[in-house]
Amino acid sequence: MKAQGKVFKYGSNVDTDVIIPARYLNTADPKELAKYCMEDIDKDFATEVNKGDIIVADKNFGCGSSREHAPLAIKAAGVSCVIATTFARIFYRNAINIGLPILECPEAVEKIKAGDVLEIDFGTGAIYNRTRQETYQGQAFPEFMQNIIAADGLINYLKNNA
Amino acid sequence: MGMTMTQKILAKHAGLEKVQVGELIQADLDLVLGNDITTPVAVKEFNKIGIKEVFDKKKVAIVPDHFTPNKDIKTAEMCKVIREFAKEKEIENYFEIGEMGIEHVLIPEKGLVVAGDVVIGADSHTCTYGALGAFATGIGSTDMAAGMSTGKCWFKVPSALKFVLKGKPSPWVSGKDVILHIIGMIGVDGALYKSMEFVGDGLKHLSMDDRFTMANMAIEAGGKNGIFAVDEQTIEYIKNHSTKEYTTYTADEDAVYDKVYEIDLATIRPTVAFPHLPDNTRTIDEVGDIKVDQVVIGSCTNGRMADLRVAAKILKDKKVAKGVRVIVFPGTQKIYLEAMKEGLLEIFVKAGVVVSTPTCGPCLGGHMGILAAGERAVATTNRNFVGRMGHPESEVYLASPAVAAASALTGKITNPEELA
Ligand code: SF4
Repeated sequence: MKAQGKVFKYGSNVDTDVIIPARYLNTADPKELAKYCMEDIDKDFATEVNKGDIIVADKNFGCGSSREHAPLAIKAAGVSCVIATTFARIFYRNAINIGLPILECPEAVEKIKAGDVLEIDFGTGAIYNRTRQETYQGQAFPEFMQNIIAADGLINYLKNNA
Repeated sequence: MGMTMTQKILAKHAGLEKVQVGELIQADLDLVLGNDITTPVAVKEFNKIGIKEVFDKKKVAIVPDHFTPNKDIKTAEMCKVIREFAKEKEIENYFEIGEMGIEHVLIPEKGLVVAGDVVIGADSHTCTYGALGAFATGIGSTDMAAGMSTGKCWFKVPSALKFVLKGKPSPWVSGKDVILHIIGMIGVDGALYKSMEFVGDGLKHLSMDDRFTMANMAIEAGGKNGIFAVDEQTIEYIKNHSTKEYTTYTADEDAVYDKVYEIDLATIRPTVAFPHLPDNTRTIDEVGDIKVDQVVIGSCTNGRMADLRVAAKILKDKKVAKGVRVIVFPGTQKIYLEAMKEGLLEIFVKAGVVVSTPTCGPCLGGHMGILAAGERAVATTNRNFVGRMGHPESEVYLASPAVAAASALTGKITNPEELA
Protein backbone atom coordinates (compact mmCIF):
# COMPACT_ATOMS: atom_id res chain seq x y z
CA MET A 1 0.00 0.00 0.00
CA LYS A 2 1.32 3.39 -0.98
CA ALA A 3 0.46 7.06 -0.66
CA GLN A 4 1.61 10.12 -2.52
CA GLY A 5 0.94 13.82 -2.08
CA LYS A 6 1.90 17.30 -1.02
CA VAL A 7 2.73 18.23 2.58
CA PHE A 8 0.82 20.48 4.97
CA LYS A 9 3.07 21.08 7.97
CA TYR A 10 2.16 21.93 11.57
CA GLY A 11 3.86 22.14 14.98
CA SER A 12 3.42 20.23 18.26
CA ASN A 13 0.22 19.47 20.19
CA VAL A 14 -2.22 19.92 17.32
CA ASP A 15 -5.34 19.13 19.34
CA THR A 16 -8.70 17.66 18.35
CA ASP A 17 -10.42 21.00 19.05
CA VAL A 18 -8.52 22.63 16.21
CA ILE A 19 -8.71 19.58 13.95
CA ILE A 20 -12.50 19.77 14.21
CA PRO A 21 -14.00 22.38 16.59
CA ALA A 22 -16.93 21.31 18.80
CA ARG A 23 -19.18 23.86 17.11
CA TYR A 24 -19.26 21.53 14.09
CA LEU A 25 -19.88 18.34 16.06
CA ASN A 26 -23.62 18.49 15.58
CA THR A 27 -23.10 16.15 12.65
CA ALA A 28 -21.19 12.93 12.16
CA ASP A 29 -21.14 13.16 8.36
CA PRO A 30 -17.45 12.92 7.34
CA LYS A 31 -17.91 15.06 4.20
CA GLU A 32 -19.56 17.81 6.21
CA LEU A 33 -16.82 17.62 8.87
CA ALA A 34 -14.08 17.79 6.20
CA LYS A 35 -15.24 21.29 5.24
CA TYR A 36 -14.11 22.64 8.62
CA CYS A 37 -11.03 20.48 9.13
CA MET A 38 -8.10 22.40 10.73
CA GLU A 39 -10.11 25.62 10.50
CA ASP A 40 -8.86 27.14 13.74
CA ILE A 41 -5.15 26.82 12.91
CA ASP A 42 -5.22 26.89 9.11
CA LYS A 43 -8.21 28.57 7.50
CA ASP A 44 -7.10 27.60 3.99
CA PHE A 45 -6.55 23.90 4.64
CA ALA A 46 -10.01 22.66 3.65
CA THR A 47 -9.98 24.53 0.34
CA GLU A 48 -6.36 23.86 -0.59
CA VAL A 49 -6.04 20.19 0.30
CA ASN A 50 -6.08 17.72 -2.59
CA LYS A 51 -6.72 14.02 -2.57
CA GLY A 52 -3.61 12.16 -1.44
CA ASP A 53 -2.01 15.08 0.42
CA ILE A 54 -0.11 14.43 3.63
CA ILE A 55 -0.12 16.13 7.03
CA VAL A 56 3.24 16.34 8.81
CA ALA A 57 3.34 17.53 12.42
CA ASP A 58 5.61 17.47 15.44
CA LYS A 59 4.85 15.93 18.87
CA ASN A 60 1.55 14.72 20.36
CA PHE A 61 -0.63 15.11 17.26
CA GLY A 62 -4.34 14.72 18.00
CA CYS A 63 -4.21 15.35 21.74
CA GLY A 64 -7.42 16.12 23.60
CA SER A 65 -10.82 14.70 22.97
CA SER A 66 -11.72 11.16 21.92
CA ARG A 67 -13.84 12.46 19.05
CA GLU A 68 -13.39 10.10 16.12
CA HIS A 69 -14.67 13.02 14.07
CA ALA A 70 -11.07 14.29 14.06
CA PRO A 71 -9.47 11.48 12.01
CA LEU A 72 -12.74 11.12 10.05
CA ALA A 73 -12.55 14.80 9.00
CA ILE A 74 -8.89 14.44 8.01
CA LYS A 75 -9.59 11.28 6.02
CA ALA A 76 -12.66 12.72 4.31
CA ALA A 77 -10.65 15.83 3.39
CA GLY A 78 -8.60 13.48 1.21
CA VAL A 79 -5.47 13.17 3.35
CA SER A 80 -3.67 9.89 2.64
CA CYS A 81 -1.40 9.80 5.69
CA VAL A 82 -0.39 11.76 8.80
CA ILE A 83 3.28 11.70 9.78
CA ALA A 84 4.21 12.97 13.25
CA THR A 85 6.99 12.72 15.81
CA THR A 86 4.42 11.21 18.20
CA PHE A 87 0.64 10.82 18.32
CA ALA A 88 -1.75 11.19 21.25
CA ARG A 89 -2.93 7.67 22.03
CA ILE A 90 -6.69 7.97 21.49
CA PHE A 91 -6.09 9.63 18.12
CA TYR A 92 -3.68 6.82 17.27
CA ARG A 93 -6.31 4.15 18.01
CA ASN A 94 -9.06 6.04 16.23
CA ALA A 95 -6.98 6.62 13.12
CA ILE A 96 -6.19 2.92 12.82
CA ASN A 97 -9.76 1.92 13.60
CA ILE A 98 -11.20 4.09 10.83
CA GLY A 99 -8.41 3.26 8.38
CA LEU A 100 -6.44 6.52 8.29
CA PRO A 101 -2.75 5.64 7.87
CA ILE A 102 -0.42 7.28 10.39
CA LEU A 103 3.34 7.07 10.83
CA GLU A 104 5.72 8.11 13.57
CA CYS A 105 9.05 9.34 12.18
CA PRO A 106 10.99 12.13 13.96
CA GLU A 107 13.61 12.36 11.21
CA ALA A 108 11.01 12.93 8.52
CA VAL A 109 9.30 15.60 10.60
CA GLU A 110 12.57 17.41 11.07
CA LYS A 111 13.53 17.43 7.39
CA ILE A 112 10.24 17.75 5.53
CA LYS A 113 9.06 21.27 4.69
CA ALA A 114 5.57 22.47 3.83
CA GLY A 115 4.80 21.90 0.16
CA ASP A 116 7.27 19.00 -0.30
CA VAL A 117 5.95 16.04 -2.28
CA LEU A 118 6.23 12.62 -0.61
CA GLU A 119 5.77 8.99 -1.51
CA ILE A 120 5.11 6.58 1.36
CA ASP A 121 5.26 2.80 1.42
CA PHE A 122 3.20 1.51 4.37
CA GLY A 123 4.57 -2.00 3.99
CA THR A 124 8.15 -0.94 4.68
CA GLY A 125 7.55 2.39 6.45
CA ALA A 126 9.82 4.17 3.95
CA ILE A 127 9.06 7.83 3.25
CA TYR A 128 10.57 9.19 0.03
CA ASN A 129 10.78 12.99 -0.29
CA ARG A 130 10.58 13.66 -4.02
CA THR A 131 11.22 17.40 -3.65
CA ARG A 132 14.44 16.91 -1.68
CA GLN A 133 15.32 13.45 -2.99
CA GLU A 134 15.74 12.05 0.53
CA THR A 135 14.42 8.88 2.15
CA TYR A 136 13.46 8.57 5.81
CA GLN A 137 12.70 5.30 7.54
CA GLY A 138 9.45 5.27 9.53
CA GLN A 139 8.11 2.25 11.41
CA ALA A 140 6.52 -0.37 9.17
CA PHE A 141 2.90 -1.04 10.12
CA PRO A 142 2.39 -4.25 12.07
CA GLU A 143 0.52 -6.71 9.90
CA PHE A 144 -2.75 -6.56 11.80
CA MET A 145 -2.82 -2.78 11.40
CA GLN A 146 -2.11 -3.08 7.68
CA ASN A 147 -5.03 -5.48 7.45
CA ILE A 148 -7.34 -3.06 9.25
CA ILE A 149 -6.30 -0.21 6.99
CA ALA A 150 -6.65 -2.39 3.89
CA ALA A 151 -10.18 -3.32 5.01
CA ASP A 152 -10.89 0.42 5.46
CA GLY A 153 -11.28 0.20 9.20
CA LEU A 154 -11.80 -2.11 12.16
CA ILE A 155 -15.51 -2.67 11.63
CA ASN A 156 -15.10 -3.86 8.05
CA TYR A 157 -12.20 -5.96 9.21
CA LEU A 158 -14.36 -7.57 11.94
CA LYS A 159 -17.11 -8.14 9.41
CA ASN A 160 -14.79 -9.68 6.83
CA ASN A 161 -13.30 -11.96 9.44
CA ALA A 162 -16.53 -12.89 11.24
CA MET B 1 9.84 -8.31 37.43
CA GLY B 2 6.73 -7.07 39.22
CA MET B 3 3.67 -5.39 37.80
CA THR B 4 2.09 -1.97 38.35
CA MET B 5 -1.55 -1.58 39.50
CA THR B 6 -2.65 -1.04 35.92
CA GLN B 7 -0.71 -4.01 34.58
CA LYS B 8 -2.23 -6.28 37.24
CA ILE B 9 -5.79 -5.24 36.39
CA LEU B 10 -5.14 -5.70 32.68
CA ALA B 11 -3.52 -9.12 33.19
CA LYS B 12 -6.48 -10.30 35.24
CA HIS B 13 -8.98 -9.16 32.60
CA ALA B 14 -6.98 -10.76 29.81
CA GLY B 15 -6.85 -14.07 31.67
CA LEU B 16 -3.09 -13.89 31.94
CA GLU B 17 -0.76 -14.47 34.81
CA LYS B 18 1.59 -11.72 33.73
CA VAL B 19 1.75 -9.00 31.13
CA GLN B 20 4.67 -6.99 29.83
CA VAL B 21 5.03 -3.43 28.66
CA GLY B 22 4.21 -3.20 24.96
CA GLU B 23 2.35 -6.51 24.82
CA LEU B 24 -0.91 -6.42 22.84
CA ILE B 25 -3.74 -8.01 24.80
CA GLN B 26 -7.50 -8.48 24.61
CA ALA B 27 -9.21 -7.59 27.87
CA ASP B 28 -12.76 -8.26 29.10
CA LEU B 29 -14.71 -5.10 29.76
CA ASP B 30 -16.79 -4.29 32.84
CA LEU B 31 -18.34 -1.19 31.31
CA VAL B 32 -18.56 0.46 27.88
CA LEU B 33 -19.58 4.12 27.90
CA GLY B 34 -20.62 6.68 25.30
CA ASN B 35 -22.08 10.19 25.05
CA ASP B 36 -24.21 12.15 22.58
CA ILE B 37 -21.25 13.11 20.34
CA THR B 38 -19.52 9.76 20.12
CA THR B 39 -22.44 7.30 20.39
CA PRO B 40 -24.20 8.25 17.12
CA VAL B 41 -21.00 7.32 15.25
CA ALA B 42 -20.71 4.12 17.32
CA VAL B 43 -24.33 3.18 16.58
CA LYS B 44 -23.63 3.50 12.85
CA GLU B 45 -20.59 1.25 13.18
CA PHE B 46 -22.39 -1.19 15.50
CA ASN B 47 -25.15 -1.64 12.93
CA LYS B 48 -22.58 -2.40 10.25
CA ILE B 49 -21.21 -5.37 12.23
CA GLY B 50 -24.57 -7.03 11.80
CA ILE B 51 -25.22 -8.41 15.28
CA LYS B 52 -28.47 -7.73 17.09
CA GLU B 53 -27.64 -7.47 20.78
CA VAL B 54 -25.05 -5.70 22.87
CA PHE B 55 -22.80 -8.10 24.79
CA ASP B 56 -24.39 -7.23 28.14
CA LYS B 57 -27.27 -4.81 28.73
CA LYS B 58 -26.01 -3.99 32.20
CA LYS B 59 -22.49 -3.20 31.06
CA VAL B 60 -23.22 -0.48 28.53
CA ALA B 61 -23.87 3.09 29.68
CA ILE B 62 -24.98 5.95 27.48
CA VAL B 63 -25.25 9.52 28.73
CA PRO B 64 -26.26 12.36 26.41
CA ASP B 65 -24.60 15.31 28.15
CA HIS B 66 -22.61 17.42 25.69
CA PHE B 67 -25.36 19.21 23.80
CA THR B 68 -28.26 18.53 26.15
CA PRO B 69 -30.85 19.85 26.75
CA ASN B 70 -30.51 19.86 22.98
CA LYS B 71 -29.10 23.10 21.66
CA ASP B 72 -30.40 22.83 18.08
CA ILE B 73 -32.20 20.59 15.63
CA LYS B 74 -29.11 18.66 14.56
CA THR B 75 -28.14 17.73 18.12
CA ALA B 76 -31.75 16.79 18.87
CA GLU B 77 -31.58 14.37 15.93
CA MET B 78 -28.31 12.91 17.21
CA CYS B 79 -29.81 12.33 20.65
CA LYS B 80 -32.85 10.73 19.07
CA VAL B 81 -30.61 8.18 17.35
CA ILE B 82 -29.06 7.10 20.62
CA ARG B 83 -32.32 7.21 22.60
CA GLU B 84 -33.85 4.81 20.10
CA PHE B 85 -30.77 2.62 20.11
CA ALA B 86 -30.80 2.45 23.93
CA LYS B 87 -34.48 1.54 23.90
CA GLU B 88 -34.19 -1.08 21.18
CA LYS B 89 -31.15 -2.73 22.76
CA GLU B 90 -32.70 -2.44 26.24
CA ILE B 91 -29.65 -0.72 27.63
CA GLU B 92 -30.18 -0.42 31.38
CA ASN B 93 -27.86 2.46 32.05
CA TYR B 94 -29.19 5.11 29.74
CA PHE B 95 -29.58 8.46 31.52
CA GLU B 96 -31.00 11.60 30.05
CA ILE B 97 -32.72 14.82 31.05
CA GLY B 98 -34.22 14.55 34.48
CA GLU B 99 -31.93 11.85 35.76
CA MET B 100 -28.76 12.71 33.94
CA GLY B 101 -25.52 14.40 34.69
CA ILE B 102 -22.12 14.89 33.15
CA GLU B 103 -21.10 11.32 32.41
CA HIS B 104 -17.91 11.22 34.50
CA VAL B 105 -19.63 12.61 37.55
CA LEU B 106 -22.71 10.44 37.08
CA ILE B 107 -21.12 7.03 36.44
CA PRO B 108 -19.28 6.81 39.81
CA GLU B 109 -22.29 8.30 41.61
CA LYS B 110 -24.47 5.53 40.15
CA GLY B 111 -21.98 2.96 41.39
CA LEU B 112 -21.31 1.64 37.90
CA VAL B 113 -17.55 1.47 38.40
CA VAL B 114 -15.69 -0.07 41.33
CA ALA B 115 -12.06 -0.82 42.14
CA GLY B 116 -10.45 -3.40 39.85
CA ASP B 117 -12.80 -2.82 36.87
CA VAL B 118 -11.74 -2.33 33.27
CA VAL B 119 -13.75 0.44 31.63
CA ILE B 120 -13.61 1.99 28.17
CA GLY B 121 -15.51 5.12 27.27
CA ALA B 122 -15.89 7.01 24.04
CA ASP B 123 -14.87 10.16 25.82
CA SER B 124 -11.31 11.07 26.68
CA HIS B 125 -12.08 11.88 30.32
CA THR B 126 -13.17 8.31 31.04
CA CYS B 127 -9.84 8.16 32.91
CA THR B 128 -11.71 9.87 35.80
CA TYR B 129 -12.68 6.48 37.28
CA GLY B 130 -9.07 5.71 38.05
CA ALA B 131 -9.82 7.58 41.29
CA LEU B 132 -11.67 4.41 42.34
CA GLY B 133 -8.73 2.12 41.66
CA ALA B 134 -10.15 0.98 38.32
CA PHE B 135 -8.46 0.89 34.91
CA ALA B 136 -10.47 3.33 32.81
CA THR B 137 -9.46 4.87 29.52
CA GLY B 138 -10.84 6.90 26.64
CA ILE B 139 -11.31 5.33 23.22
CA GLY B 140 -13.16 6.31 20.05
CA SER B 141 -16.53 5.47 18.59
CA THR B 142 -15.34 2.47 16.61
CA ASP B 143 -13.79 0.96 19.73
CA MET B 144 -17.07 1.63 21.52
CA ALA B 145 -18.98 -0.21 18.79
CA ALA B 146 -16.59 -3.15 18.88
CA GLY B 147 -16.70 -3.12 22.71
CA MET B 148 -20.51 -3.10 22.80
CA SER B 149 -20.63 -6.07 20.48
CA THR B 150 -17.81 -8.24 21.84
CA GLY B 151 -17.32 -7.07 25.43
CA LYS B 152 -13.62 -6.90 24.70
CA CYS B 153 -11.05 -4.34 23.66
CA TRP B 154 -7.43 -4.54 22.53
CA PHE B 155 -4.80 -2.71 24.55
CA LYS B 156 -1.10 -2.23 24.43
CA VAL B 157 0.15 -2.77 27.99
CA PRO B 158 1.44 0.62 29.20
CA SER B 159 4.49 1.47 31.25
CA ALA B 160 3.92 3.82 34.15
CA LEU B 161 4.92 6.92 36.03
CA LYS B 162 4.62 6.81 39.80
CA PHE B 163 3.63 9.85 41.82
CA VAL B 164 4.34 9.49 45.53
CA LEU B 165 2.30 12.13 47.32
CA LYS B 166 3.37 13.31 50.76
CA GLY B 167 2.36 15.99 53.23
CA LYS B 168 -0.82 17.98 53.54
CA PRO B 169 -1.99 20.63 51.11
CA SER B 170 -2.59 24.16 52.45
CA PRO B 171 -6.22 25.27 52.97
CA TRP B 172 -6.99 26.78 49.53
CA VAL B 173 -5.13 24.12 47.58
CA SER B 174 -7.20 21.31 46.05
CA GLY B 175 -6.79 18.31 43.77
CA LYS B 176 -7.07 20.69 40.81
CA ASP B 177 -3.98 22.60 41.87
CA VAL B 178 -2.07 19.36 42.42
CA ILE B 179 -2.87 17.99 38.98
CA LEU B 180 -2.21 21.32 37.23
CA HIS B 181 1.12 21.44 39.05
CA ILE B 182 1.93 17.91 37.85
CA ILE B 183 0.92 18.62 34.22
CA GLY B 184 2.98 21.80 34.30
CA MET B 185 5.92 19.75 35.50
CA ILE B 186 5.76 16.84 33.03
CA GLY B 187 4.05 18.53 30.04
CA VAL B 188 1.00 17.71 27.92
CA ASP B 189 2.77 14.67 26.49
CA GLY B 190 4.71 13.83 29.66
CA ALA B 191 2.70 10.67 30.25
CA LEU B 192 2.03 9.77 26.60
CA TYR B 193 0.90 6.10 26.32
CA LYS B 194 1.65 5.65 30.04
CA SER B 195 -0.27 5.08 33.27
CA MET B 196 -0.04 7.67 36.01
CA GLU B 197 -0.16 5.91 39.37
CA PHE B 198 -0.85 7.94 42.51
CA VAL B 199 0.22 6.55 45.87
CA GLY B 200 1.58 7.70 49.22
CA ASP B 201 0.71 9.09 52.61
CA GLY B 202 -0.55 12.34 51.19
CA LEU B 203 -3.56 10.54 49.68
CA LYS B 204 -5.37 10.66 52.98
CA HIS B 205 -5.57 14.44 52.66
CA LEU B 206 -7.18 14.21 49.23
CA SER B 207 -10.94 13.63 49.24
CA MET B 208 -12.59 11.39 46.65
CA ASP B 209 -13.71 14.56 44.88
CA ASP B 210 -10.07 15.72 44.73
CA ARG B 211 -9.04 12.35 43.34
CA PHE B 212 -11.73 12.37 40.65
CA THR B 213 -10.46 15.79 39.58
CA MET B 214 -6.89 14.55 39.37
CA ALA B 215 -7.60 11.28 37.56
CA ASN B 216 -9.85 13.24 35.18
CA MET B 217 -6.88 15.26 33.95
CA ALA B 218 -4.46 12.35 33.40
CA ILE B 219 -5.35 12.62 29.70
CA GLU B 220 -4.18 16.24 29.76
CA ALA B 221 -0.67 14.88 30.32
CA GLY B 222 -1.24 12.40 27.48
CA GLY B 223 -1.76 9.52 29.94
CA LYS B 224 -3.53 6.32 29.00
CA ASN B 225 -5.01 6.21 32.48
CA GLY B 226 -4.59 7.68 35.92
CA ILE B 227 -5.08 5.40 38.89
CA PHE B 228 -5.13 5.87 42.66
CA ALA B 229 -4.15 3.32 45.29
CA VAL B 230 -7.27 2.10 47.06
CA ASP B 231 -7.62 3.17 50.71
CA GLU B 232 -10.38 3.46 53.33
CA GLN B 233 -11.88 6.50 51.62
CA THR B 234 -12.17 4.64 48.32
CA ILE B 235 -13.82 1.64 49.95
CA GLU B 236 -16.24 3.83 51.85
CA TYR B 237 -17.18 5.61 48.62
CA ILE B 238 -17.71 2.33 46.78
CA LYS B 239 -19.83 0.87 49.59
CA ASN B 240 -21.98 3.99 49.68
CA HIS B 241 -22.60 4.00 45.95
CA SER B 242 -22.46 0.46 44.64
CA THR B 243 -23.47 -3.11 45.31
CA LYS B 244 -20.92 -4.43 42.84
CA GLU B 245 -18.04 -6.52 44.09
CA TYR B 246 -14.70 -4.76 44.02
CA THR B 247 -11.11 -5.96 43.93
CA THR B 248 -8.16 -4.06 45.29
CA TYR B 249 -4.93 -4.26 43.31
CA THR B 250 -1.65 -3.07 44.75
CA ALA B 251 1.50 -2.63 42.71
CA ASP B 252 4.22 -5.22 43.32
CA GLU B 253 7.16 -4.04 45.41
CA ASP B 254 9.45 -4.63 42.45
CA ALA B 255 7.15 -3.08 39.84
CA VAL B 256 9.12 -1.07 37.31
CA TYR B 257 8.30 2.58 36.66
CA ASP B 258 9.69 4.82 33.91
CA LYS B 259 10.03 7.50 36.53
CA VAL B 260 9.10 8.13 40.16
CA TYR B 261 8.14 11.62 41.33
CA GLU B 262 7.93 12.57 44.99
CA ILE B 263 5.60 15.45 45.60
CA ASP B 264 5.16 17.28 48.89
CA LEU B 265 1.58 18.51 48.78
CA ALA B 266 2.40 21.19 51.36
CA THR B 267 4.57 23.01 48.83
CA ILE B 268 1.92 23.25 46.11
CA ARG B 269 0.47 26.70 45.49
CA PRO B 270 -2.89 27.50 43.88
CA THR B 271 -2.07 26.97 40.20
CA VAL B 272 -3.46 28.39 36.94
CA ALA B 273 -2.93 27.09 33.38
CA PHE B 274 -2.62 29.93 30.87
CA PRO B 275 -3.81 29.64 27.27
CA HIS B 276 -3.58 27.52 25.18
CA LEU B 277 -2.32 24.33 26.82
CA PRO B 278 -2.93 22.77 30.24
CA ASP B 279 0.83 22.55 30.86
CA ASN B 280 1.29 26.32 30.54
CA THR B 281 1.00 26.70 34.30
CA ARG B 282 1.93 29.43 36.76
CA THR B 283 1.44 29.62 40.48
CA ILE B 284 -1.10 32.16 41.65
CA ASP B 285 1.81 34.32 42.84
CA GLU B 286 3.09 34.65 39.27
CA VAL B 287 -0.22 35.31 37.54
CA GLY B 288 -0.17 39.11 37.39
CA ASP B 289 -3.11 41.21 36.29
CA ILE B 290 -5.49 39.07 34.20
CA LYS B 291 -8.97 40.54 33.77
CA VAL B 292 -11.75 38.09 32.94
CA ASP B 293 -15.15 38.42 31.23
CA GLN B 294 -16.53 35.08 32.34
CA VAL B 295 -16.09 32.61 35.19
CA VAL B 296 -17.17 29.00 34.75
CA ILE B 297 -17.40 26.65 37.74
CA GLY B 298 -18.38 23.05 37.06
CA SER B 299 -17.66 20.26 34.51
CA CYS B 300 -16.54 16.65 34.95
CA THR B 301 -13.37 18.05 36.50
CA ASN B 302 -14.87 20.28 39.19
CA GLY B 303 -18.65 19.97 39.29
CA ARG B 304 -18.89 17.95 42.50
CA MET B 305 -20.12 18.88 45.97
CA ALA B 306 -16.69 19.78 47.35
CA ASP B 307 -16.23 22.16 44.42
CA LEU B 308 -19.57 23.87 44.85
CA ARG B 309 -19.05 24.14 48.62
CA VAL B 310 -15.74 25.92 48.30
CA ALA B 311 -17.16 28.30 45.67
CA ALA B 312 -20.18 29.05 47.88
CA LYS B 313 -17.96 29.68 50.88
CA ILE B 314 -16.17 32.40 48.94
CA LEU B 315 -19.29 33.91 47.34
CA LYS B 316 -21.51 33.88 50.45
CA ASP B 317 -23.11 37.28 51.14
CA LYS B 318 -21.07 38.89 48.38
CA LYS B 319 -21.74 40.08 44.83
CA VAL B 320 -19.79 39.11 41.73
CA ALA B 321 -17.90 41.96 40.08
CA LYS B 322 -19.91 44.12 37.71
CA GLY B 323 -19.54 43.05 34.11
CA VAL B 324 -18.37 39.51 34.91
CA ARG B 325 -20.64 36.64 33.83
CA VAL B 326 -20.44 33.79 36.31
CA ILE B 327 -21.88 30.37 35.47
CA VAL B 328 -22.06 27.41 37.86
CA PHE B 329 -22.97 24.04 36.41
CA PRO B 330 -23.33 21.17 38.89
CA GLY B 331 -22.30 17.70 37.72
CA THR B 332 -25.51 15.79 38.26
CA GLN B 333 -29.14 16.14 39.33
CA LYS B 334 -28.23 14.61 42.69
CA ILE B 335 -25.55 17.23 43.26
CA TYR B 336 -27.97 19.93 42.14
CA LEU B 337 -30.47 18.76 44.74
CA GLU B 338 -27.89 18.47 47.46
CA ALA B 339 -26.59 21.96 46.68
CA MET B 340 -30.15 23.19 46.90
CA LYS B 341 -30.71 21.57 50.29
CA GLU B 342 -27.45 22.96 51.65
CA GLY B 343 -28.42 26.44 50.52
CA LEU B 344 -25.56 26.74 48.04
CA LEU B 345 -27.79 27.57 45.10
CA GLU B 346 -29.29 30.44 47.04
CA ILE B 347 -25.84 31.79 47.82
CA PHE B 348 -24.96 31.62 44.11
CA VAL B 349 -28.11 33.30 42.85
CA LYS B 350 -27.91 36.04 45.46
CA ALA B 351 -24.31 36.68 44.44
CA GLY B 352 -25.41 37.20 40.85
CA VAL B 353 -24.36 33.81 39.51
CA VAL B 354 -26.26 31.83 36.86
CA VAL B 355 -26.85 28.20 37.89
CA SER B 356 -27.23 25.81 34.97
CA THR B 357 -28.75 22.38 34.73
CA PRO B 358 -26.06 19.65 34.57
CA THR B 359 -24.57 19.70 31.04
CA CYS B 360 -21.17 19.82 29.37
CA GLY B 361 -22.37 23.03 27.67
CA PRO B 362 -19.76 25.73 28.14
CA CYS B 363 -16.84 23.36 28.81
CA LEU B 364 -16.44 22.43 25.15
CA GLY B 365 -17.86 25.59 23.65
CA GLY B 366 -21.10 23.76 23.00
CA HIS B 367 -23.75 26.08 24.40
CA MET B 368 -24.68 28.00 27.59
CA GLY B 369 -21.71 30.32 27.79
CA ILE B 370 -19.77 30.69 24.53
CA LEU B 371 -16.98 33.28 24.37
CA ALA B 372 -16.71 36.00 21.71
CA ALA B 373 -13.46 37.05 20.02
CA GLY B 374 -11.07 38.67 22.48
CA GLU B 375 -12.96 37.46 25.56
CA ARG B 376 -11.36 35.70 28.46
CA ALA B 377 -12.65 33.13 30.92
CA VAL B 378 -11.28 31.53 34.02
CA ALA B 379 -12.75 28.04 34.21
CA THR B 380 -12.56 24.99 36.45
CA THR B 381 -12.70 22.77 33.35
CA ASN B 382 -9.81 20.74 31.96
CA ARG B 383 -8.89 22.14 28.53
CA ASN B 384 -7.83 25.58 27.35
CA PHE B 385 -7.05 24.79 23.71
CA VAL B 386 -7.55 27.39 20.97
CA GLY B 387 -11.30 27.90 20.51
CA ARG B 388 -12.25 25.46 23.27
CA MET B 389 -14.97 27.70 24.73
CA GLY B 390 -15.93 29.58 21.63
CA HIS B 391 -14.18 31.96 19.24
CA PRO B 392 -10.64 30.93 18.23
CA GLU B 393 -9.45 34.31 19.52
CA SER B 394 -10.93 33.83 22.99
CA GLU B 395 -8.87 32.64 25.95
CA VAL B 396 -9.42 30.11 28.72
CA TYR B 397 -7.47 30.00 31.99
CA LEU B 398 -7.80 26.78 34.00
CA ALA B 399 -8.01 26.97 37.77
CA SER B 400 -9.56 25.51 40.92
CA PRO B 401 -13.08 26.38 42.10
CA ALA B 402 -11.53 28.52 44.87
CA VAL B 403 -9.50 30.60 42.42
CA ALA B 404 -12.47 30.84 40.02
CA ALA B 405 -14.85 32.00 42.76
CA ALA B 406 -12.34 34.53 44.09
CA SER B 407 -11.90 35.82 40.54
CA ALA B 408 -15.67 36.18 40.19
CA LEU B 409 -15.64 38.72 43.01
CA THR B 410 -12.85 40.87 41.61
CA GLY B 411 -13.14 40.45 37.84
CA LYS B 412 -9.52 39.34 37.54
CA ILE B 413 -7.68 36.15 38.39
CA THR B 414 -7.42 36.27 42.16
CA ASN B 415 -5.73 34.36 44.94
CA PRO B 416 -8.41 33.04 47.33
CA GLU B 417 -5.93 33.38 50.20
CA GLU B 418 -6.12 37.15 49.84
CA LEU B 419 -9.85 37.24 50.43
CA ALA B 420 -9.82 35.23 53.62
S1 SF4 C 1 -17.58 18.42 31.08
FE1 SF4 C 1 -16.18 19.00 29.44
S2 SF4 C 1 -14.43 17.63 29.56
FE2 SF4 C 1 -16.10 16.77 30.81
S3 SF4 C 1 -17.12 15.30 29.47
FE3 SF4 C 1 -18.17 17.27 29.29
S4 SF4 C 1 -17.17 18.32 27.55
FE4 SF4 C 1 -15.86 16.64 28.18
